[in-house]
Amino acid sequence: MSILHTINKSPFERNSLDACLKFATAGASVLLIEDGVYAVLKGTSAEAQIKGALGNLTVHVLGPDLKARGFSEERVIEGVKVVDYAGFVDLAAENDKVQAWL
Amino acid sequence: MSEVVKKFMYVNRRAPYGTIYAWESLEVVLIGAAFDQDVSLLFMDDGVFQLTKGQDTTGIGMKNFSPTYRTLGDYEVKSIYVDGDSLAARGLTQDDLIQVAWEDWESGEEKENIVEVVDVARIKELTEESDVIFSF
Repeated sequence: MSILHTINKSPFERNSLDACLKFATAGASVLLIEDGVYAVLKGTSAEAQIKGALGNLTVHVLGPDLKARGFSEERVIEGVKVVDYAGFVDLAAENDKVQAWL
Repeated sequence: MSEVVKKFMYVNRRAPYGTIYAWESLEVVLIGAAFDQDVSLLFMDDGVFQLTKGQDTTGIGMKNFSPTYRTLGDYEVKSIYVDGDSLAARGLTQDDLIQVAWEDWESGEEKENIVEVVDVARIKELTEESDVIFSF
């Protein structure tokens, strides 16, 4: 069973990212949306955590949410895939279920 | 109008768009400008994300309120402070932040940018000096 994990909270304010990464099984997909997108920026205190996760999870970020917050794709950690809304739909469809970390 | 001028400080600790806090704070600051007080804003923790340059919300269908911060100098806001530690933890520097100009209509005094990055010691002082603190 493949799972898409979505995270919509800032890693600096809530532990949604920590919890998700702790319980996600290898091969699962993670998608950062809304305030969750701050987790994939280069140079933050969450960078090591995301880089570590890239070893056994695929990590995606929603482009329009990044752009709304003033960040271009160049600010995103290497290996994290930027997707649009259609990409979000594809991820939801490709996986058997979605777990939202609020 | 009240004769007593108090020092008001608005403390902003939330990121924009994900929750309504940032927008609500801005609304209160703009309304509060009518009361002729000594107003300063402090951005810390995820609140520093409110001041990032280049915000473009067309893709998320929400109002982009970041240009409004640049007008705060015209709304009695004299100082905008940003916690340096919060910026560093988020991989940001002052170059990532918007600039806010200020001008005193009576004296003609001008400042090109009132956004100032400060350390913990300075934030403690600012907090002590304030008469009223609003938290968002």
